[in-house]
Amino acid sequence: MTAIYFITLVFLVAAGYFLASQRAKVLRAAPNGAALHSLPTYHGLLGAVALFVPMLIVYAIGTPVVKMLATTNAFSFFPSELASDPLQRGVILRDVGNIIDGRYQGDPSAALRDAAASYSSTFSAGRLIVLGTGVVLGLASLFLVLSRISPAFRARNLFERFVIAVLILCALVAILTTVGIVFSVMWETYRFFFDPALKGRPTVAQFLFGTEWNPQAALRADQGEIRTAFGFIPLLTGTLLITLIAIVVAGPLGLFAAIYLSEYATPRFRAFAKPILEILAGIPTVVLGFFAALTVAPYIRGWGEGLGLDVASESALAAGLVMGMMIIPFISSLSDDVINSVPQSLRDGAYALGATKSETIKKVILPAALPGIVSAFMLAISRAIGETMIVVMAAGLAANLTFNPLDAVTTITVQIKTILVGDQEFDSAKTLAAFALGFVLFFVTLMLNIIAQQIVRRYREQYD
Amino acid sequence: MTDTITHTTAAPIRRRVDTTSPEAQAGVRRRYRAEARFKSYGLLAILTAAVFLAVLLIDVVTKSLPAFTTNSLQLDVAIPADFVPADQKYNPAAIRSADYLPLMREALKTAIPGIQGRGPERTLIRLLSTGAPDGIRERLAADPSLIGTTIKAPLLLSDDADLYFKGAGTAITTRATRGTATPSDTTGTITITASGNEFSENLVTVKLALAELARAAITEADRAARSTASGAAERAADLRKQADELLAHAKDAASAELLDSRLPSLLVAINGGLVKITQLAADRIEGEVLLPLSSASEAKPGDWRVVTYTTPESARKINDLEVALLERFKTNGQVERAFNWRFFTSGDSREPELAGLRGAITGTALTLLVTLILCLPIGVAAAIYLEEFAPKNWFTDIIEVNINNLAAVPSIVFGLLGLAMFLNFFGLPRSAPLVGGLVLALLVLPTIIIASRAALKAVPPSIKEAALGVGASHQQAVFHHVLPLAMPGIMTGTIIGMAHALGETAPLLMIGMVAFIVDVPTGITDAATVLPVQIYLWSDLPELAFQAKTAAAIVVLLVFLFVMNGTAIWLRKRFERRW
Repeated sequence: MTAIYFITLVFLVAAGYFLASQRAKVLRAAPNGAALHSLPTYHGLLGAVALFVPMLIVYAIGTPVVKMLATTNAFSFFPSELASDPLQRGVILRDVGNIIDGRYQGDPSAALRDAAASYSSTFSAGRLIVLGTGVVLGLASLFLVLSRISPAFRARNLFERFVIAVLILCALVAILTTVGIVFSVMWETYRFFFDPALKGRPTVAQFLFGTEWNPQAALRADQGEIRTAFGFIPLLTGTLLITLIAIVVAGPLGLFAAIYLSEYATPRFRAFAKPILEILAGIPTVVLGFFAALTVAPYIRGWGEGLGLDVASESALAAGLVMGMMIIPFISSLSDDVINSVPQSLRDGAYALGATKSETIKKVILPAALPGIVSAFMLAISRAIGETMIVVMAAGLAANLTFNPLDAVTTITVQIKTILVGDQEFDSAKTLAAFALGFVLFFVTLMLNIIAQQIVRRYREQYD
Repeated sequence: MTDTITHTTAAPIRRRVDTTSPEAQAGVRRRYRAEARFKSYGLLAILTAAVFLAVLLIDVVTKSLPAFTTNSLQLDVAIPADFVPADQKYNPAAIRSADYLPLMREALKTAIPGIQGRGPERTLIRLLSTGAPDGIRERLAADPSLIGTTIKAPLLLSDDADLYFKGAGTAITTRATRGTATPSDTTGTITITASGNEFSENLVTVKLALAELARAAITEADRAARSTASGAAERAADLRKQADELLAHAKDAASAELLDSRLPSLLVAINGGLVKITQLAADRIEGEVLLPLSSASEAKPGDWRVVTYTTPESARKINDLEVALLERFKTNGQVERAFNWRFFTSGDSREPELAGLRGAITGTALTLLVTLILCLPIGVAAAIYLEEFAPKNWFTDIIEVNINNLAAVPSIVFGLLGLAMFLNFFGLPRSAPLVGGLVLALLVLPTIIIASRAALKAVPPSIKEAALGVGASHQQAVFHHVLPLAMPGIMTGTIIGMAHALGETAPLLMIGMVAFIVDVPTGITDAATVLPVQIYLWSDLPELAFQAKTAAAIVVLLVFLFVMNGTAIWLRKRFERRW
């Protein structure tokens, strides 16, 4: 169906282009014809657009409407209480689909067979109507354009206005994405806290200040009483612990790497060191997670046992170290930019006073670049907080409230992933808790980014 | 100012800095040392990153090597004439659905004669993968005339047997003997009596191993004693008792010793067979026959040997019988190692030796195709608008801030968006490349917009102005002149964005691309998985062989990434223009 519609569409659009441009050419070639305002190509393009837009709109509106009508018709064969139960609805829809495709196992009931027949007849009729409406409307608007073609017709201006509209729409996708994120995450978070129909939902205070995290709910009565708890604090401390380790590793390393690359390195050394950092930045995090879980964690565990320490096999240290390595290129490239944008005159001034290079860096360049470096660290922290795969593979699931880097901790992202992978129903507190965590994650990283960007912007203005 | 001048003219005080004084020179030396130290920190930081990268890559590649080869047994497989009913002989479906297990069993038993009993037979057949008959099946289906003949075919080994030949088994030492030995029988539990104290050397080794075990138990007991966990104290006491018993055995140098699976396995190769020692004394042993002996006659000195499998049976995946069988196949020259093509041509499987990447690679290609189709036009269009046409107002500012922020939103949040919007609200199919591609497109859109804007900005304004000067409209100037010149930069940015999408895992986990999918997807709405997710899935599996598979999948992923990034760099080098 979709294929037929779009083949028709392509064919008609081509025809529209041809008709309109041909008409313009005829006008231009006429013995007493005046010069055209726009090239025939633009007339053709306008004709094509005039066909394309109405047909696309009809399809976009028509298809869901037809589907809805067909579904309503199909459910008229079933008692209303069946049709209103979402679970039953899904089952019936699947059965109807299977009957239509001829894949139904066994003998369908009379109601089901009637529903299937009605569904397919409504559906095919509806599709024909959609196709017909689309073609008629498209042709109508094409003829409107054709009728207006004259030497003075401003086809190019109209077409360019359409192009600008398309460009704006594309630019709006970014906004729509943000709106989509905010809407989907906020709505489920709202339900998590305030939906009265939701069993076991916590209050906002319980969530923010609770010290126990256990989203498991008892599925059956015979599993006894499993206390669910949605206390966010252990996840926060776990996330912060791993982030802290990562920053402690990556901060000095990244900063020193940036200083060396921008102030000391010869061009040849830069040509060799830069790609290394870029490759490190390009390693997928799932690879780093594999390395953390299968190489670094056992190594740390063995090393800890050698010293007589008890190290969890999923220690925060392993995940944090590898995450730190992931962040080094991030910090170094951002700091590199910042250090490079410190004006040369400041350096020259310091050298003129007899300062060595390192004294210049420590006393002049770093203080001058400090805001930028702070913002680089903030962006790195936001990256570390939001990182998922390394912690999913190398950190634990148990929500321990601890600051010991040798213990297993869990993070916000690990919990989101754990809750949402697999089957989930959207009316349990457990599933919605993941969205609440996602909201916190989004909010925190967004704040860090906005603040960091503000700092950078102000700092740039200072030297520009 | 005037003050200072009058002051200096009145009494000229000139502070001389004596640069030759020892203090001053020490100060300079100190400062230069600090300088060198500071510089070395920077170098050290870069070297740390480089070493980490090298260790990571070497570790992954070394771990991956076993997965690229596969071992199979080259055996003669006799296919009985009545293997499929006569009237079905030319029906490929019937040939494919026939039972190949008896064929395998017979082929194995022919290769190693004398294996009897259900247990050993089952061990024998379990050396082969469940996919072992695949090759024969296809050959027979293609050429039914082979039925009734004997063909030489490679039979794929199971993962553990395969790993044995890749070094995950045990070291084997063989010691020649000086005296004669007489077995009591050819099969079952037998005793072998040797002339002289032939086994005393082994007895000493065993006693040493016992002492080692006792020491390990004591260390473990100490650890348990320190622990505060419940039951730790009982465990410590228990371990201490075990250690005492072991030590008592170890000290009594002459007593016979029962061997168990915690000790290295000792075997006697005699009269063409192999006997696993269960009880060891200095001059005689008692043991189970693993491979039957040809006769119970006395073996001359040098004709029989004592074999040690150094790794204890409890510490390896395959037992002594399996090791013995595999070693026998190896000495018969029937083990063949080949490149593991199956790894690239088959889909996922629960059996490590059968699992392949084709499904994941196809899924990745479909997902990235959707991503590319969506985000290249949208990204470029948005960049053109923002760079060339957008008026400078609050609305444009919002879009710009928005794009910068989106670039830094954690990828898992995009997964939440995909789950709540595309799956739950729009009802798109789970696990499908369509949804994966949509989510990834939104994820890399900011990257592409930012890169495209930079590329557009790099085109000098004079080009556009010249076009405008000869009468082109603003759009004509942009689309006919600026955009083609910016295209290499846009392509570079797009490839880098695609490489980013290729390595992305977390959002795809959210939209259900983690399902175990055997079939290779054929369309964008089929259930599929992608390479990084496959890596994640395999890394979670307990079988040792999957660890190599995971590493190998990582190598494949990294190769793709390097190729993509290499192309981007090449494009940049080839088409980059300095204005």
